[in-house]
Amino acid sequence: MKKYEYTDKKDTRSGFGAGIAELGKTHPNVIALTADLAGSLKLEAFIKEFPDRFIQCGIAEANMMGVSAGLTIGGKIPFATTFANFATGRVYDQIRQSIAYSNKNVKICASHAGLTLGEDGATHQILEDLGMMKMLPNMTVINPCDYNQTKAATIAIADHVGPVYLRFGRPVIPIFTPADQKFEIGKAWHVNEGDAVSIFCTGHLVWEAIKAGEMLSEQGIEADIINIHTIKPLDEEAILASVKKTGCAVSAEEHMINGGLGDSVAQVLARNYPAPLEYVGVHDTFGESGTPDQLMKKYGLTADKIVEQVKKVMARK
Amino acid sequence: MELEKLEGIATAVRRDILRMVAAVNSGHPGGSLGCTDFFVALYFDIMRRKTDENGNPIFDMDGRDEDLFFLSNGHISPVWYSVLARAGYFPLEELGTFRKLDSRLQGHPATAEHIPGVRIASGSLGQGLSVASGAAYAKKLNGDDKHVYVLMGDGEQQEGQIWEAAQFAPNKKLGNLTAIIDLNHAQIDGTTNNVNDNRDLGAKYRAFGWFVEEMNGNDMAEVIRTLRKAQENPDVPTLILMHTEMGFGVDYMVGNYKWHGTAPNADQLQQALNGLPLSVGTTDY
Repeated sequence: MKKYEYTDKKDTRSGFGAGIAELGKTHPNVIALTADLAGSLKLEAFIKEFPDRFIQCGIAEANMMGVSAGLTIGGKIPFATTFANFATGRVYDQIRQSIAYSNKNVKICASHAGLTLGEDGATHQILEDLGMMKMLPNMTVINPCDYNQTKAATIAIADHVGPVYLRFGRPVIPIFTPADQKFEIGKAWHVNEGDAVSIFCTGHLVWEAIKAGEMLSEQGIEADIINIHTIKPLDEEAILASVKKTGCAVSAEEHMINGGLGDSVAQVLARNYPAPLEYVGVHDTFGESGTPDQLMKKYGLTADKIVEQVKKVMARK
Repeated sequence: MELEKLEGIATAVRRDILRMVAAVNSGHPGGSLGCTDFFVALYFDIMRRKTDENGNPIFDMDGRDEDLFFLSNGHISPVWYSVLARAGYFPLEELGTFRKLDSRLQGHPATAEHIPGVRIASGSLGQGLSVASGAAYAKKLNGDDKHVYVLMGDGEQQEGQIWEAAQFAPNKKLGNLTAIIDLNHAQIDGTTNNVNDNRDLGAKYRAFGWFVEEMNGNDMAEVIRTLRKAQENPDVPTLILMHTEMGFGVDYMVGNYKWHGTAPNADQLQQALNGLPLSVGTTDY
């Protein structure tokens, strides 16, 4: 197992804040919008430098999505920011009609996704957002895994013409990807080479997959770990190349099993190369209040759970 | 453009609307006919639109340095398509493809087929005021002094998002935005008063910080006068309560909400067309 170490920990939302502050300097058409969550989305640096390019919409997310669509008419690149729950479920029809169907160059940037939002509980812990967004034609869906990858993804989406859903989170987690990385939309990152099992992981579960890979390696099982940061368009080539080598796979995500990354992987395998697949994700249930660590453990989104699923899927080969 | 000419175009547009919806036995003639005079005034007199040396419109998605129009109540697409075609955005005969397979003229306006003149999809109600506010905001950021217009239905005022946008636009000082409500008091299930009373829309918008005007939307001269005045507020958006009659121009449709989304049959179509003779210089599609 390739060694991954970290010297610092940060939240992925801060990676977004750093990324958009940098975009402010390089992309004069980038506009930041928020619905009363400027602090939570780490927009302070952008607002300080570019106050005229910041639009405070107040607690009115539907309007923010429509205003964002309108801003693109005139050449602006709006980054509409709020919590993932309010950035998707609350405004699905606005995104569907005014942004996705109209193919507007809006970047929907969603923080506090998933269980790791923690104590606020299930009202805010959206676990369906990737599924909703990936079903929309024209929409690109990205779920980066650490501070550096989130910053790089934020910068990359400004140059991609078309609607994007960028999902990140609140907890402070290890920074294990390089600061100088070039983020390529739709191109999976090969975390570790192995031949016993494929692990397809995204978001906060990538670090868990690395820890799982180390545990497995100690037991003589070398996992092929692939970070699918872009849920759509999916890097089908990387998925198939890996499973053709390993013969089985586990998906790992902080999302509902229905409609998530695992679902996408299953479709690719069913159509091209049927192979056993097990899932690490949330099974048709809402979350609850608790610390992020407690919740990830209770709902089975941990390195231990990945190891367990690897054993299960390898037995099915 | 002189009034008589505008009214001649309006008659031709009304004939288009009726023939378009009758041809596919679907679509929304009532609101389209009621808003015809407004659309003709807007496109043939009010809006400063980009054109080439021959006077033909130039369309690009960004729409910089020209006035923009957004249709929020997308179901009245027939009147918009007809006016866009007659203003030269696409061939008049294309109106014959309305609501048919592989057409650029979708039942509700859309951008996916790249029809010139349309910049956003609409149909699911309540979204246009937000989009127009964004476009008006972009114009201000770009130092573009042109104006943005958006038409909404009165039934549509029941959507919550309208009021999010109604609060946003005055707070952002979008004086380059004029919103028009087609006040025909009719929606699918009956009169707006009976379905879910909007009460005093003027008072509501005034309280939200808008400059509120009223006009008779079926009086071409009054429409032009009122729309001109709306361009003169640098920091305050204007809301125009446009009184119209659903089905205006077709005697048996006037004021009857049943014609919101029903097409006339062959006999009804002929009867309607007989009452709308083409004036000199205009032809059917």
